[in-house]
Amino acid sequence: MVEQPASIDVTSLVKRHGATLAVDHVSFTVQRGEFFSLLGPSGAGKTSVLRMIAGFETPDEGTIRIDGRLMEAVPPNRRPVNLVFQSYALFPHLTVAENVAFGPRMQGAPRGEITSRVRVALDMVKLSSKEERLPGQLSGGEQQRVALARALVNRPAVLLLDEPLSALDQQLRQEMQVELKSIQERAACTFVCVTHHQEEALTMSDRVAVMHQGRVLQIGRPEDLYEAPTSAFVARFIGVSNELRGIFRRIDGGRAVVQSQDLPGEVQIVLPGHTVLQEGSAVTVLLRPERLRLSTVAQGLSSEQSLPASVDKVLYSGSDRRYLVRLGERLVWNVRVPNDESGQNGLVRGDTVYVRWQISDTVVLTE
Amino acid sequence: MKISAPAGWALSSGRAVSWWLLGPGLLWMGLLFFVPLCLVVVISFAGRGTYGGIVWSFSLTNYLDLLHPLYARILGQSIVLAAGTTLLCLIMGFPLAYYIARAAPRRQGFWLLLVMIPFWTNFLVRTYAWMFILRTEGLLNTLLLKLGLVATPIELLYSNAAVVIGLVYGYLPFMVLPLYVALERVDRALVEAAWDLYATRWAVFWQIILPLARPGVMAGCLLVFIPSLGAFLTPDLLGGARSMMIGNLIQHEFLVARDWPLGAAISCVLMLFVTGMMGWLLRASTPLSQREHES
Repeated sequence: MVEQPASIDVTSLVKRHGATLAVDHVSFTVQRGEFFSLLGPSGAGKTSVLRMIAGFETPDEGTIRIDGRLMEAVPPNRRPVNLVFQSYALFPHLTVAENVAFGPRMQGAPRGEITSRVRVALDMVKLSSKEERLPGQLSGGEQQRVALARALVNRPAVLLLDEPLSALDQQLRQEMQVELKSIQERAACTFVCVTHHQEEALTMSDRVAVMHQGRVLQIGRPEDLYEAPTSAFVARFIGVSNELRGIFRRIDGGRAVVQSQDLPGEVQIVLPGHTVLQEGSAVTVLLRPERLRLSTVAQGLSSEQSLPASVDKVLYSGSDRRYLVRLGERLVWNVRVPNDESGQNGLVRGDTVYVRWQISDTVVLTE
Repeated sequence: MKISAPAGWALSSGRAVSWWLLGPGLLWMGLLFFVPLCLVVVISFAGRGTYGGIVWSFSLTNYLDLLHPLYARILGQSIVLAAGTTLLCLIMGFPLAYYIARAAPRRQGFWLLLVMIPFWTNFLVRTYAWMFILRTEGLLNTLLLKLGLVATPIELLYSNAAVVIGLVYGYLPFMVLPLYVALERVDRALVEAAWDLYATRWAVFWQIILPLARPGVMAGCLLVFIPSLGAFLTPDLLGGARSMMIGNLIQHEFLVARDWPLGAAISCVLMLFVTGMMGWLLRASTPLSQREHES
């Protein structure tokens, strides 16, 4: 059997804006039926990548293949992709049904087929009852659905989404995250989504590419990015992370000794088994707030590690409590404790505690 | 001392303030536009004295006189010339306005300035300049002869063509400016969306850009058509005796024939025609404006 080509194959894509590299040698492959996200802060170059795939911008270097076909010199109206615009870009003078019918009509589909395809597409986004409305008469969430239907009705090889949920309010945004994912599964279509919202990317995507300053820093499944970030930027951008920066000194009885400016003296930190470090090299230790525990006892099991600290602040947020604990003069960590663990709820500001964690939860970054 | 001007301003925003805001304009228009307009209507029903005065009697004679084919011909010719002018302005103005609306924001001001530069010179002077260009031994004919494109000078001046050239020249900015405003408001993402949805450039224009620019097209066409229809300076100077427009007719009745009642009657007919046309256009465009209102 011949292997099917990837939905999208981007190789060493470069886009220059004047002297700066807006997109800096970006490569990635998206498999058929995958929900792939480009995640990064504004100005990371992710929208530029999306617009090059759609055909609105021309790459300065590199190639884009869609379903194995090279897209060089193919204009947007001949590409087998459809873009859902950030502003939705619904045609204000056309009804919902006319908006959705636009693509098939431009492709010259027969009238009867257009009608049935429009109906299927509107059913998929649950908007059949509003097909005679004008876009201006719809709510933001409904407009979003029309934009999706207008793109999906064309059965594109890849659906491109530019910040699809950014114009919606918080609650609707969370509903649509689930909705978007299930629409993608129903339509069995490859989605490539650009977003600056990390929660959105993690919830919906099969895989995520984190972009920063035009470059792809890491590509992986959401859990890979969260559990095993390969750079401080990814760790900070995806979730909250506690950091300890220092210099690796030596191995002492199986323990790595790290000297940090932020802590008094040398701290002994046990690094996960496979880490091999050179003496004098800079090292950053990362720990997620929910992997930390607070205890009045120094150490429990040998699989654990602890550091002394004092409680600085207790923040109550319903499902959990956040403790800001001070480990050194300039070092404050975040500890998140679920509210069901009643034992720790008695802590107040000024208490002396030990921050404890499983050694296997430690993420070590070396420069 | 308490500074409470903003609060005071907000508190007195009742009827009193509205009248102060409306007052000056209302007074000006009332005295200098509405009253004279009423006079014109009244005079159109009066009779003409033997030596050109106004005889204050009520009759429909003037309007019945207008049924004469000569007047219908002049009105018809005026409509054709004004419509032609409007069409040419639209065809030339649309691409221009589109180009300006899509230029970088810093450049747009520059292009709009160029569009408006002709206003810095008196219209009469500019029309005289066209006479200089169009006449038999004028600039254009000299050029054409030198280039060998024509053997004998073409007679351009004192023709309908000359009138249309002059009108298009004079009113093109009135087409470009409203078109620019309408096109500038068309979201660029809509054009990209249509292109993404398999539309050719031609289809993008007809399906998206033109319908969305419709308010601008209507405004531009009205702003060109109405003054063109009533123009008298341009047809007087460039059209000569051969192409009389309704504006010239009115001017002729008032100043030459000294038949004020007939001139007033022609003015009233023209006014009714324009008002009726605007009403029809407004009605035809109501669905669209309603749609915009609701969005």
